Amino acid sequence: MSTPLTPPPENAPPVLVIPAPAHEQSETADAGKPDSTRQLVLGLLFGVVFGFLLQKGGVARYEVLMGQFLLTDFTVIKVMLTAIIVGMIGIFSLRALGLVELHVKPTRYAANIAGGLLFGVGLGLLGYCPGTGVAALGQGSYDAIAGILGLLAGSYLYAETSGFLGATIQKIGNRGRIMLPDLLGMRFAVFLAVFVPALVLGLFLIAQLAP
Amino acid sequence: MESGSGAWSPYLVGTLIGLLSMATFYFSNKPLSVSTAYARLAGLVGNLFSRSHRESLKYYQETKPKIEWGVMLVFGMLLGACIAAVTGGEFTAAWVPHLWEHRFGPDLALRLGTAFVGGAITAYGARLAGGCTSGHGISGALQLSVSSWIALACFFAGAVATAHLLYRP
Repeated sequence: MSTPLTPPPENAPPVLVIPAPAHEQSETADAGKPDSTRQLVLGLLFGVVFGFLLQKGGVARYEVLMGQFLLTDFTVIKVMLTAIIVGMIGIFSLRALGLVELHVKPTRYAANIAGGLLFGVGLGLLGYCPGTGVAALGQGSYDAIAGILGLLAGSYLYAETSGFLGATIQKIGNRGRIMLPDLLGMRFAVFLAVFVPALVLGLFLIAQLAP
Repeated sequence: MESGSGAWSPYLVGTLIGLLSMATFYFSNKPLSVSTAYARLAGLVGNLFSRSHRESLKYYQETKPKIEWGVMLVFGMLLGACIAAVTGGEFTAAWVPHLWEHRFGPDLALRLGTAFVGGAITAYGARLAGGCTSGHGISGALQLSVSSWIALACFFAGAVATAHLLYRP
């Protein structure tokens, strides 16, 4: 009773759990199965909020997305960069507290570049992203219906060719789930301490140059 | 600082999307991403034609065609955008966008045909790259994925080139 430095009892809850800094494996199939009722309801609710925000931001309009690519309207970059900065600070803070795990996408240089360029060409023709296309239909831009049918067709076409692609282009430059700090050999905290202010500065410059 | 083309400031909308992203990670253990839902739905349509053929495809052995979190997210987005447009007095009910009509005329078939082809190329590119503007552009980028920053740069390069070809001949 009087010993001041007794160790905590065996069944005490862990006071502070520091998560291991190893990169989490994505898609941990466990309690929160993506087709459980809870997840289906959450998905719908998050979707309502996401669609609402995309419409309010104006980024579901053809003129706004094309204006970004014609470099006459910088709304899309402002929304995306702000979301990236806020989300980056938020997710890495939650992760430091052990509350979330990361879902880093695998890097395959050839597929990322070829697919990214193709995506861009399609985006220029369609004028909506897969996400803003749905929001566009919701706000009554009916040409998005043709775009959505095209997105479904293109997805199936990809599946048709996925065996071939997996054996060829996806093997080129396959580096796994690497992150920017890995590329530079920097620690997460150090990288974020430089990168986040750089992104904020970039956003500030865009706001000044394209108000 | 009203510097966007929407009803709300782009900085406010971006901030709220960033917070929404934190919520999806925390409550659903999922990053915001959209394009995979199209592939799942396309697989369900494929089942109507030939289920055995659909099941033979490599992609669908890894990504099951079913109604799950991401598909519900897309249904929700349709609803959310509709609520925002109707309550904000911005419901357009238009088949051809103004900018398109100004450049290419009111021909409906030309606009819908281009949108369909554009959509197909967009989806194929998204699957090959591993994500779209949401999955790579926001969720992947904010997690510092190398692939996402590469893909995001390529999205813009391809789209800027295409848009200039279309509108600045």
